[in-house]
Amino acid sequence: MATDTLSNHDAHAHDGHEHHDPGAMKVFGFWIYLMSDLVIFGTLFATFGVLSQATAGGPTSQEIFELPFVLVETFLLLVSSFTFGLAVLAQNAGDRGAVLKWLAVTFLLGFGFVAMEIYEFHHLIVEGYGPDRSAFLSAFFTLVGTHGLHVSVGLLWIAIMFFQISKRGLDSVTKPRMLCLSLFWHFLDIVWICVFSFVYLFGAL
Amino acid sequence: MSDIHTSHDGASHGSYKSYITGLIISIVLTLIAFGVVMVGDFSMPVMMVTIVITAIIQVLVQLVLFMHLNFKSEGGWNVISFVFTAGILVLIIGGSLWILHNIHVNMMLG
Amino acid sequence: MFGKLSLDSIPYHEPIIMVTAAAIAIIGATVFGLITYYRKWGYLWTEWVTSIDHKKIGVMYFLVALVMLVRGFADAIMMRTQQAIAAGGAEGYLPPHHYDQIFTAHGVIMIFFVAMPMVIGLMNLVVPLQIGARDVAFPFMNNLSFWLFAAGMILVNMSLVIGEFAKTGWLAYAPLSELKYSPDVGVDYWIWALQLSGIGTTLTGINFFVTILKMRTKGMTLFRMPIFTWTALCTNVLIILSFPILTATIVLLTLDRYLGMHFFTNDMGGSQMMYVNLIWAWGHPEVYILILPAFGVFSEVIATFTKKRLFGYKTMVWATAAITVLSFIVWLHHFFTMGAGANVNAFFGIMTMIIAVPTGVKIFNWLFTMYRGRLEFTAPVLWTIGFIITFTLGGMTGVMLAVPGANFVLHNSLFVIAHFHNVIIGGVVFGMMAGFTYWFPKAFGFTLSEKWGKRSFWCWLIGFYLAFMPLYALSFFGAMRRMQSYEQTSWQPLMIVAWVGAVVIAMGIACIVIQLIVSIRDREKNRDLTGDPWDGRTLEWATSSPPPNYNFAYLPAVDSIDSYWEMKQQPGGFKRELATSFEDIHMPKNTAEGPIMSLFGLFFGFALIWHIWWLVGLGALGMFVTFMYRIFNEDTDYHVSAAEVEKTEREYHKRLEMQA
Repeated sequence: MATDTLSNHDAHAHDGHEHHDPGAMKVFGFWIYLMSDLVIFGTLFATFGVLSQATAGGPTSQEIFELPFVLVETFLLLVSSFTFGLAVLAQNAGDRGAVLKWLAVTFLLGFGFVAMEIYEFHHLIVEGYGPDRSAFLSAFFTLVGTHGLHVSVGLLWIAIMFFQISKRGLDSVTKPRMLCLSLFWHFLDIVWICVFSFVYLFGAL
Repeated sequence: MSDIHTSHDGASHGSYKSYITGLIISIVLTLIAFGVVMVGDFSMPVMMVTIVITAIIQVLVQLVLFMHLNFKSEGGWNVISFVFTAGILVLIIGGSLWILHNIHVNMMLG
Repeated sequence: MFGKLSLDSIPYHEPIIMVTAAAIAIIGATVFGLITYYRKWGYLWTEWVTSIDHKKIGVMYFLVALVMLVRGFADAIMMRTQQAIAAGGAEGYLPPHHYDQIFTAHGVIMIFFVAMPMVIGLMNLVVPLQIGARDVAFPFMNNLSFWLFAAGMILVNMSLVIGEFAKTGWLAYAPLSELKYSPDVGVDYWIWALQLSGIGTTLTGINFFVTILKMRTKGMTLFRMPIFTWTALCTNVLIILSFPILTATIVLLTLDRYLGMHFFTNDMGGSQMMYVNLIWAWGHPEVYILILPAFGVFSEVIATFTKKRLFGYKTMVWATAAITVLSFIVWLHHFFTMGAGANVNAFFGIMTMIIAVPTGVKIFNWLFTMYRGRLEFTAPVLWTIGFIITFTLGGMTGVMLAVPGANFVLHNSLFVIAHFHNVIIGGVVFGMMAGFTYWFPKAFGFTLSEKWGKRSFWCWLIGFYLAFMPLYALSFFGAMRRMQSYEQTSWQPLMIVAWVGAVVIAMGIACIVIQLIVSIRDREKNRDLTGDPWDGRTLEWATSSPPPNYNFAYLPAVDSIDSYWEMKQQPGGFKRELATSFEDIHMPKNTAEGPIMSLFGLFFGFALIWHIWWLVGLGALGMFVTFMYRIFNEDTDYHVSAAEVEKTEREYHKRLEMQA
């Protein structure tokens, strides 16, 4: 450290801090947030793992899981993850119209997923298999419902993003937010992969 | 605020090719996983191993082909943070299952 | 309209609570009146409440922590008094339902609202300065974190007068905390206070993790970071990965209580042992969240006051990293007796003992730094030496507890209480007090009174040993924790000694208050114009005290661990020269969105506690709308003009010349 580095202009005028690209930092920060969210899901998975056999005389997983239904849900979410990728590609190309188009498609697919999940939950509750029936059902509803809640927040976010991009276009504010949202959406697909594998498929064995 | 450099954030610079590849692999793996349970006539261990393996590959597909996680972006901190988190989760989930299993056996809770 | 809330919810019939409430009301009214009289509301609002300046947020965290320390200590001395008199059939003056609330509140307040804000406050004040940054990565989020934490703190204190607090112990073990056994609002206060402040803490963790990784100044590689920054980094890793477990676990308990689910109930398949398991999967990393930054403080203090580079910088870093990882694989040692069996207990017992190794490495590093150094016995150094002795003792009783066989005898006895106060007072409190004395002049531009600082140290040290050594002994006579009264009159003498210890600690706290008052009174005499009162080694001492809001007019560059120190050692010495030209500095603007969101969060939490559903909706809506306002707000930053920077820097240099 030279004597003058604390005061002299020339030593480090522009190279010291300008590499902190604020947009990239937001995306990185959001990634770290996703890591903490992953821990929340991990906790719920651990709880489900511990309580999955605790049916307390209520229905077992084999009795209530309908795999064809879950397969359709899975495809909706999987394709939506792909269409969000197309929205990011459109953003890289600077094509605002295409971004909005793919956001809308992603929204519809995600909405379909949430609607199906609500139907499934409603169906179970009407049958008398609500989350208060047994520890297994508490854990099931909470794990799957937390994921569904995240997807719903994602839908809200897509709607806000749609509005904001159509209003102000793709700029230094909206672009990093789109990247955060894309990470969020793919992240939810990752969680769903674990849900259908370890909750539904394992549960149906 | 400058434009977002795609090489900085680790979230973009994808291509049609990576997304299409990812989609196809995911569809195939999903069908395999559901297939072994719904149609196939396999033994329990085979089904379990298949589900676990397809799930792990699918997660990797999302991470690499959709989220473009790699060692170049953010000086590798994206990958490091993910691997560390995954490791801690294995400890917490695995540990919890191990502990609670033992407790249930010892306390004769079934 | 008001859910479960009615005028009957206020405990009129409890004289102790009513007197306390009256005292708080009088003090509150006085403060309110003084602020109004001196017309300081505007100043408070623009300069503090809405501030996104990490230094001011740090000061606010520490201020809240000191106030809550008094509250938490009041609980402590009430418990000590109760146990000093409630022997041999005597009931003492606290009925069980009140005593239970006090020990719960004491634990919750001391951990979440004293130790945590002290740690986070120091981190806020020091880390950006140490890495040569102008602010944190996400300044708005930093302000929001503080106010969410404050909302949680307010909820805990409201429970004193409106309704009641949990009677479950600080971790609210299920099934006692389930609706069936705790039908009152106490546990709900616990739930929502911890959720609000916990979310704030998680956001802080993310914020500082990104700050440290992404905003270091030129030349500051990871292995040139000051040790305090290293420990802060590891603490943030622990926060990011462990606080979500707490959040999720409390959500599950909430679902049990509010929606009749069966996670931890003792019927319908619930597993209360899963609750204990999950809460400690968070709880053990939590204790390292608190102690690691204290280790960082001691490292800085020892290096500065021995005028030597820290011995074994790299081993210190690796020891910290090792503790970070190991802290995730020891949680079962909190419930050896729950019945997981020999294999599981052996594994976690051994893991726990292993964690003593990196901690031992650190102790030796500090000792070797002092060895053949010219140690100045200032107040921070006294705290550090007190720590090394006390913490080593506490660490050894910890290793004893880590032996599953011994643990079966000691579990839930006063031994556990003595052990963790041994490490938390001897480690965290001493560390935070050392850091407080050490960095106070950085925040305010004048040093604290050494005399009163040393008096405070001696009171705390002697008080600690008087208060907690008897508990080790009592535990061998069979005394358990959380006793409202006991039969054995033979325990009473030692209980009275412990009470005397608590009184001596009270004197220590009084000394801190006097220290502040005396130092503020004599501030002109103790003014530090250089910004470097201790002849420090790291970058925070390279700028003025208090630093301008942009911290550094030009971001410094470093090329070694103690660059600032080495610069001062150059032939001819170091002279702070005024730059020849200045440029605009880009800074974030103050914002009211954080406090407003948190205020709605407070409504939201309060309404959920009392089942006031319309207010729940209003609180949630308010938070959402404020957040949307923030998202669409484009006026979030500004530039400090070059002229303004030049003026500030010129004034600083004029002060320097005047002193010379």
